[in-house]
Amino acid sequence: MTSKLNLDFNVVEKARQSARVIAEDTQKFIERHTTVTVERTIVRLLGVDGIDEIERPLPNVVVDNIKKGGGLAEGAAFWMGNAMVATGKSAQEIAEAISRNELDLTTLEIQDEAKIKAIIETEAGKMVDQIRSNRAQRDTYLETLGEGPKPYLYVIVATGNIYEDVLQAQAAARQGADIIAVIRTTAQSLLDYVPYGPTTEGFGGTYATQENFRIMRKALDEVGEEVGRYIRLCNYASGLCMPEIAAMGALERLDVMLNDALYGILFRDINMQRTLIDQFFSRVINGFAGIIINTGEDNYLTTSDAIEEAHTVLASQLINEQFALLAGLPESQMGLGHAFEMDPNTEDGFLMELAQAQMAREIFPNAPLKYMPPTKFKTGDIFKGHVQDTLFNSVAIMTGQGLQLLGMLTEAIHTPLLQDRALSIENAKYVFNNMRHLGDEIEFKQDGIIQKRAQGVLKEAADMLEEIENTGIMATIEQGKFAGVTRKLDGGKGLDGVTQIGDKYFNPFIPMMLGGGR
Amino acid sequence: MSVNNGLDLTKIKPYGDTMNDGMMQFSFTLPVPCCDESKEAARQLLLKMGIEEPQVVDAKDLGVGYTMFTMYGKSSHTVDYSAIEVPKVDTDVMDKYEIEAYLAENFDRDIVIVGACTGTDAHTVGIDAIMNMKGFDGHYGLERYKGIKAYNLGAQVPNEELVAKAIELNADAIIISQIVTQKDVHIPNMTELIELLESEGIRDKVIVCAGGPRISYELAKELGFDAGFGTGTFAEHVASFIVQRLGTAFSGSEGDS
Repeated sequence: MTSKLNLDFNVVEKARQSARVIAEDTQKFIERHTTVTVERTIVRLLGVDGIDEIERPLPNVVVDNIKKGGGLAEGAAFWMGNAMVATGKSAQEIAEAISRNELDLTTLEIQDEAKIKAIIETEAGKMVDQIRSNRAQRDTYLETLGEGPKPYLYVIVATGNIYEDVLQAQAAARQGADIIAVIRTTAQSLLDYVPYGPTTEGFGGTYATQENFRIMRKALDEVGEEVGRYIRLCNYASGLCMPEIAAMGALERLDVMLNDALYGILFRDINMQRTLIDQFFSRVINGFAGIIINTGEDNYLTTSDAIEEAHTVLASQLINEQFALLAGLPESQMGLGHAFEMDPNTEDGFLMELAQAQMAREIFPNAPLKYMPPTKFKTGDIFKGHVQDTLFNSVAIMTGQGLQLLGMLTEAIHTPLLQDRALSIENAKYVFNNMRHLGDEIEFKQDGIIQKRAQGVLKEAADMLEEIENTGIMATIEQGKFAGVTRKLDGGKGLDGVTQIGDKYFNPFIPMMLGGGR
Repeated sequence: MSVNNGLDLTKIKPYGDTMNDGMMQFSFTLPVPCCDESKEAARQLLLKMGIEEPQVVDAKDLGVGYTMFTMYGKSSHTVDYSAIEVPKVDTDVMDKYEIEAYLAENFDRDIVIVGACTGTDAHTVGIDAIMNMKGFDGHYGLERYKGIKAYNLGAQVPNEELVAKAIELNADAIIISQIVTQKDVHIPNMTELIELLESEGIRDKVIVCAGGPRISYELAKELGFDAGFGTGTFAEHVASFIVQRLGTAFSGSEGDS
C-alpha cells in the first residue's frame, strides 16, 4: 500500500519495536502470576456454572474455598483435578459439594500429579471443542448469510432489561445495524463476580450474564436469518472479571468484546497488576474463539484533549497490538480503538480527524479499527449532534474504518431511544453509500495540513514509546502519561486477588488455546 | 418594524415565522405499525396536547412494528412570561482572575474543594470539566486556580469515602457530578450524601454542590444541596458560587483554620 500520508515507516517500525519490548517485559511479570478471576475462569471452563442458595456464583465459591485454604498459588485446575481424582465426581458436583460445606478442596489428600493433569485435560478439551465448534458455526453463518460491508454499523442497547434489549436490538438489525453491543449496568466492572441468570434491572445498561448472552445470541441469530445478514453481538470483557466474561462470550458465541489492556487501570481504578494479568488470559480466550476485541483508546480523548494527546492513542494502540499478539490474537481480530473527539470549533479539525483516522488505517492495515463517535462535545443540541455524526461518518468511509460505533444525536441526554438509533443508522447508511469510494479517489497534498498532522502524531507516539520502553509500562502509568490519570502499582481495586504462581500451578487452557489445536 | 407586533409577555406562545403562530415541531415514536390509522393516532395525540392543525410530515417504520413521526402543529396554549420566577444561583459570576483576586482579598489561606463522581456513576467527564487543570472548552478547571486546592477523587466514589476525604482535608466545599440519571438512580445517591454529612455533623460547615446534565438548581436545593449546576456550567460558575458563599458565611473569621 502506498501511504497517502507519506508516513516514514521506519518510524512506525521503531515505535512498534518499542511496544514489543514493553509488552514482552510485562509478559514476564504476567506469566509468574494469577488472579482470582483467572482461576474462576478455569473453573467455569471446567464446566462449573450456577449459584448457591445465597446467589453466590459457584466459580466464586470454589475459588474462595481455595483462597481460604491458602492454595491459590497452585491454581484451580490443580485443586479441582485433585478433587476429581480423589472423589470421582464431576467439577460441577464438586463445586456444589463445596457450596454445601461438604467438601474442602485444599484439605483433600494430594493425588498423583499425572492423573490430575490427565483428568483436567480431558475436561478442558471438551469445553475447548465447544468453543471451536461455536467458531465454526459463526463461519458457517458468515458463509451462508453473509455480512454487511465495512465499516460495520455498530449500535448499543442499554435498557437494563434483557428482554427490552432484545426488542431494541432486533429493531436495530432490521434498520441496518451489523453489531449490537449490550452496554453493561454502570457498576458491573467493579463486581468481583459475574451475576447469574436473566436480568431485568440495570442502570444505564444490562448485566452481562451468561444467560443474557444466550438470550441475545438467539434473538440476533433469528433476526439475522430474517434480514439475511449475520448480526454480531458485542459485550465487555473488562473490569474485575475480564477473563470470565471472555469465557462466557466464547461459550455463547459472542463476536466482539471490549477488551483493553490498560482501560480498567486508568478509567476504573482497577489495580494495574490485576488488569495486566487478567487481560492476557481474556485475550487468549478471545483469540481462540474468533472474537474481535475492541480496545479503549477512544476513552483517552474523553478526558484528555484530542489534539494534544492524539499520540497517546497511537502509542496505546501499538502496546495493545503487542499484548494481543502475545496472547495469540491475530491482527484480523484487533479492533484497535480511536475516536472523533476534537472540539468542533477547531479550524480544520475535520482535516486533523481525517489525518489521524487515515494514519491508524495505514499503521494497522489488517486490523478492523474501531472508530468511536463524538461524545465529549455533544451538548444536547440534537440538530448539531446529527451533523457532527455526519462528519464522523464521512471520515470513517474515507479511511476504511472497520467497526463504526454510531454516534447518537441525543448523546449527552439519554441512552439511545429506539428512534435515535434509527436516525443514526439512516445517517451512516446514507453517508457510507453515497461516499463509498471517495477514499480511493483522493490523495492528500504533499506536505499539506493532513500529511503533516499524521507525521507529527506518529513522531510523538514513537518518542513516547521509547520513553516507556526505558521506564516500563507500570512506571509510565504511575506517572500519569496516559489520559492524564495516575495509578499506583499497589493502588486500585482487586489487588488482593493477585498471587504469584507455585511449582504445581498449571492452566490447561493456555497451551490448548495458544497451541496448534486452533 | 413596529415593536408592537402582537407580542404580549403575559401570553407568549411559540414563534415559527409569524408572531403568535404557535408553531412547534415534534418527533416521537408510537408502538404501532406505520399506517393511516397510526398517523391519525399521532394527530389525535397532538390535538389532545392542545396542538392545533397537527400535520404528520414524516412517518417511518422502525423495524418492530413501531413508527416514528415528525410533526408540526400550532400551540393553543400560552404562558405568562411576566410572572415567571425561577430559583437560581444568586451570586455574581466572576471570571477566573476575579475569583483569584477575590480569594486573595478575602482569605489568607487556600480554600479546599473536594470533588467526585459518586455512587455507581463511572463517567468522569463532568467532574473533570470542572476540576481538571485543563478544564473544558477553554475554561480552566479549579486545579488551575490560585487560592484553591482542588482534589478530584474521580469516578464511582462511595459517599462514605467522599465524606471521609472531605473531613480529612478539612474541605470548604464538596462538589459532586452525576451523569447517569436513568431511573432516577442519582436521587437516592445525592440524598445519601446529605444524610451522611448531617450524621457526621458537618453539613453546616461545608458547601455542597451537585452538577450534571440533568441536575437543576431547584432539584439540588430540594435534596438539601447549596446549589445545583446544569449543562453549560464551567469552573468559574461553580467557583464564583463557592467563594462568595464562603465569603459571606465566614466573613470576619476566615483564615484561622
